[in-house]
Amino acid sequence: MQDVVLALLAKEPSHGYQLRARLRDALGPLGEALNDGQIYVTLTRLEKAGLVTWEPAGEGEGRDRKVYALTPAGQHRVAEWLTEVAWPRPAPTDFHLKLTAAAAARLADPIALVDAQRRELLRLLRDAQRAALAEPPGSVAGLLLEGQVLRLEADLKWLDACEQAWTTRGDRK
Amino acid sequence: MTEAVLRTRKLRKEFGKGDGRVRAVDDVDLAVDAGETVAVMGPSGCGKSTLLHLLGGLQRPTGGEVELGGRRVETMSERALARLRRDRIGFVFQAFHLMPELTAVENVEVPALLAGRSPRAARTTALDLLDQVGLADRTGHLPSALSGGQRQRVAIARALSTEPLVVLADEPTGNLDSAATAEVLRLFDRLHRAGQTLVVVTHDARIAATADRILSMRDGALVDQTVLAGAA
Ligand SMILES: Nc1ncnc2c1ncn2[C@@H]1O[C@H](COP(=O)(O)OP(=O)(O)OP(=O)(O)O)[C@@H](O)[C@H]1O
Ligand SMILES: [Mg+2]
Repeated sequence: MQDVVLALLAKEPSHGYQLRARLRDALGPLGEALNDGQIYVTLTRLEKAGLVTWEPAGEGEGRDRKVYALTPAGQHRVAEWLTEVAWPRPAPTDFHLKLTAAAAARLADPIALVDAQRRELLRLLRDAQRAALAEPPGSVAGLLLEGQVLRLEADLKWLDACEQAWTTRGDRK
Repeated sequence: MTEAVLRTRKLRKEFGKGDGRVRAVDDVDLAVDAGETVAVMGPSGCGKSTLLHLLGGLQRPTGGEVELGGRRVETMSERALARLRRDRIGFVFQAFHLMPELTAVENVEVPALLAGRSPRAARTTALDLLDQVGLADRTGHLPSALSGGQRQRVAIARALSTEPLVVLADEPTGNLDSAATAEVLRLFDRLHRAGQTLVVVTHDARIAATADRILSMRDGALVDQTVLAGAA
């Protein structure tokens, strides 16, 4: 969240509510869970860390009177963040270990676990796809939903591979 | 209360004899309601296509019953069955099966002409359907001048041309890339909303996710169901 808020500020000095609107645009339906306070909490933390400063502006009330801007350290951090190549969740390790453990200890039938997981992912896929279909063509938020759909699709393919592997293995319960 | 358009009881299909005997469809009980979209998924060879062929009267079961629109299918004469397939069922296949020497609109109007509609009525309906599948500007093209996704949309329009009780689709996106799959996906989503009854066999989770229910098939039997209808 901190890196994201910093990057949103890179465009120009902004009010908190402007950052919130930019974030909502980019995330679309996936940004609905975001609550208004989060941006301000994050801005306060960034200010303490010396990455943003603010100046009072005439308009607005309370914390919306502040116009936030990046400090040089903040600009440096944004540049670093943009060049990072970390990728979250490259492997479905948790579920893999769940299957392995369940089979080894004969706690549960791996195939039943795969079925339950598949039902859940299919529901998530349905929701993501509906949201994607509802986005106007060319929407930025639609692109994020497409990413979610494609990942779920890949995860479902992997579940098929799991089903096959655990069906042919002898250590099924 | 909706009623089942398509229903099977203890449906079974075996191939071969003796030790080589394969039970491709094993005691399948299925009821598809009017307006429902049902997807069937499962590993290769589990019997999905065979099930679809039995539902559409393309093959005769070894045992059990198939009922379409309140009529028993498996006991019909070949002639009655051919008429049922032509007039009441829309088929969509992985390989499109368009006639290469006919234009898009001619391909779409074939079933309606065979069903005895007037050429004018058949043409009007065909043009309207091609418009609905987003091909209003391709009606005069031969299949060879269309992309895979466009060909499949022509095939879907053709499947709809007799206002079938049910559309049966076997791997409709099996030959399509991701972008063309997305076109078919939008189309199925719209058909679903329009109340078309649809049974689709697919390996494609995105297509399956447009359904009200997804049935998992293994070794000829339906073994699991994911209900997607309702809560979004
Ligand atoms: N005409 C036939 N004669 C003999 N065996 C057949 C025939 N048709 C299908 N089978 C067998 O029945 C089983 C189910 O085949 P089917 O084509 O229905 O599978 P499927 O689920 O559609 O597979 P795929 O996903 O690869 O299309 C397979 O073992 C297949 O070899
Ligand atoms: Mg098949």
